[in-house]
Amino acid sequence: MTARATTTDSDPVVDGETSKRRGRGWLLLVPGMLWLAAFFLFPTVQLFFTSLYDPSGSYEQGYAMTWQFSNYVDAVRDTWNLFARSFLYAGTATVICLALGYPLAYAIAFKAGRWKNVMLVLVIAPFFTSFLLRTLSWRTILSDQGPVTDVLQTIAILPEDGRLLATPVAVIAGLVYNFLPFMTLPLYASLDKVDHRLIEAAGDLYASPVRGFRRVTFPLSMPGVVSGTLLTFIPASGDYINAELLGTPNQYMVGNRIQSAFLTERNYPLAASLSLILMAIVVVMVVIYVRRAGTEELL
Amino acid sequence: MTATVHRDQQAEKRETPMPQAPRRSAMRWLADHLVLIVGILVLVYTFVPIGYIFALSFNQPSARSATAQFEGFTWSNWTSICEPEGLCESLRLSVTVSLTATVLATTLGTLMAFALVRHSFRGRSASNLVIFLPLATPEVVMGSSLLAMFVSLGLDGLLGFLTLVAAHVLFCLSFVVVTVKARLAGMDTRLEQAAMDLYANEWQTFRLVTLPLAMPGILAAAMLAFSLSFDDFIVSNFTAGQSVTFPLFIYGSKLKEFPPQLFVVGTIMFLISFVFVIAGEVWRRRRVAALR
Repeated sequence: MTARATTTDSDPVVDGETSKRRGRGWLLLVPGMLWLAAFFLFPTVQLFFTSLYDPSGSYEQGYAMTWQFSNYVDAVRDTWNLFARSFLYAGTATVICLALGYPLAYAIAFKAGRWKNVMLVLVIAPFFTSFLLRTLSWRTILSDQGPVTDVLQTIAILPEDGRLLATPVAVIAGLVYNFLPFMTLPLYASLDKVDHRLIEAAGDLYASPVRGFRRVTFPLSMPGVVSGTLLTFIPASGDYINAELLGTPNQYMVGNRIQSAFLTERNYPLAASLSLILMAIVVVMVVIYVRRAGTEELL
Repeated sequence: MTATVHRDQQAEKRETPMPQAPRRSAMRWLADHLVLIVGILVLVYTFVPIGYIFALSFNQPSARSATAQFEGFTWSNWTSICEPEGLCESLRLSVTVSLTATVLATTLGTLMAFALVRHSFRGRSASNLVIFLPLATPEVVMGSSLLAMFVSLGLDGLLGFLTLVAAHVLFCLSFVVVTVKARLAGMDTRLEQAAMDLYANEWQTFRLVTLPLAMPGILAAAMLAFSLSFDDFIVSNFTAGQSVTFPLFIYGSKLKEFPPQLFVVGTIMFLISFVFVIAGEVWRRRRVAALR
């Protein structure tokens, strides 16, 4: 909505000077594009070829190119459960992030008054320290002797011998924690742009606050919801640190498998085909999601 | 925008009826502030691990893992930061890599953002797509594809500073473009037209009007790039070769004999960035006050 408005605002200027500026626009773009081509597009193509190498080769002896499309079949057959788990964990974490991030972003945009900037700083402040250190301290907090387990056992939400660490709960909690600002900040950016007069108008037309929110504020914040969920879901689905530090091999996600196939087993064809499958699924999901939410201009 | 918020709040205050039944007004206060309370609770939650890191930085090192329990208070970790072997070297490498990557990514990304917002040319939407793709790529895929490329080009020997910078610029670039683009799109182009009308040439207009107006966006992008780069583990793990950045050092020393000095560094990182942000905010408020 807002994005469209600003483009139309600036278009006349651009159009008026197109003839003059056409050549130079490209020049500004070239250095960055070359970087993307050399270190993103080219490696992706390279990864595609790697995924088709003969898997019987090895890192030391080199691989023969045999256009082994069966690598993909093997990869899916062996690891489909890891993919399912990754998307389940990442999806759950994204929904929880939205549930936590929306009230926070709403409070900052509408309720914080002159504390707005302070609260915004506080949103990002915890993320100034290393995320590995933060995840390790969650490991301590959620451990069997830790305070959270104790409290949950006392109020009998968790059985006496129940644990949090090394369960899916801990892994999802870690994902939620680590990706929360990626949800909150785009949500805030959208909510902050909402014209207050529209909400007032809804009230003047006898909409209850809840209805006003549902029919006016929330739809207007949709671009933020979409970019927030994407910025949370995408990194979460490829993450392997939370599963490694807070879970056990039973909670491992597809990122763990890619990591170990590349760096430990050095089974490059397998690792490459897993990477490409992950990337393909994520891109397809993103495109479908963005289309359905009707916010293509975000791209 | 802020002005509107203030006015709204004053209006709200005036409309609040005099407290007749205290219980009802308490309920009403709660309903009015519920979102704010939930928001603050969420903030408190995000600070819990920071409290742990802060506390553990004063933890007496013990035979068992340093992350497990608080054994006793000591200052010694704070005075012996460089004692664990390799820690300070890893910090130095991280700072160099991040600064280099930030300068490169911010420069390239700002140029791209200007091209996309201010110029029209064929293939603009294709360019937008290429810039968006790295954002839609999980880090593990990005790291692994870079490693696969370096290996198959026979560049394994080069893995280290150069490959780290190449990779870090890559994943920062799209974030810089998006951030600066947002700032440029919200800028009033009439100011530049006014400068041109007043006989400023293109370069003067850019230097005296456009750049200062875009600066907050560029600085925000640079800070974002630095923090993304400094904290990156996944991509670095693939592209670092034998060199060790700070996150890689933490990962390498996790669990077994975890040096408590790492928590000191974590606390210092937090404090430094906090001071930076507060200073920026004070500076911003001064400028706003001066403009009035």
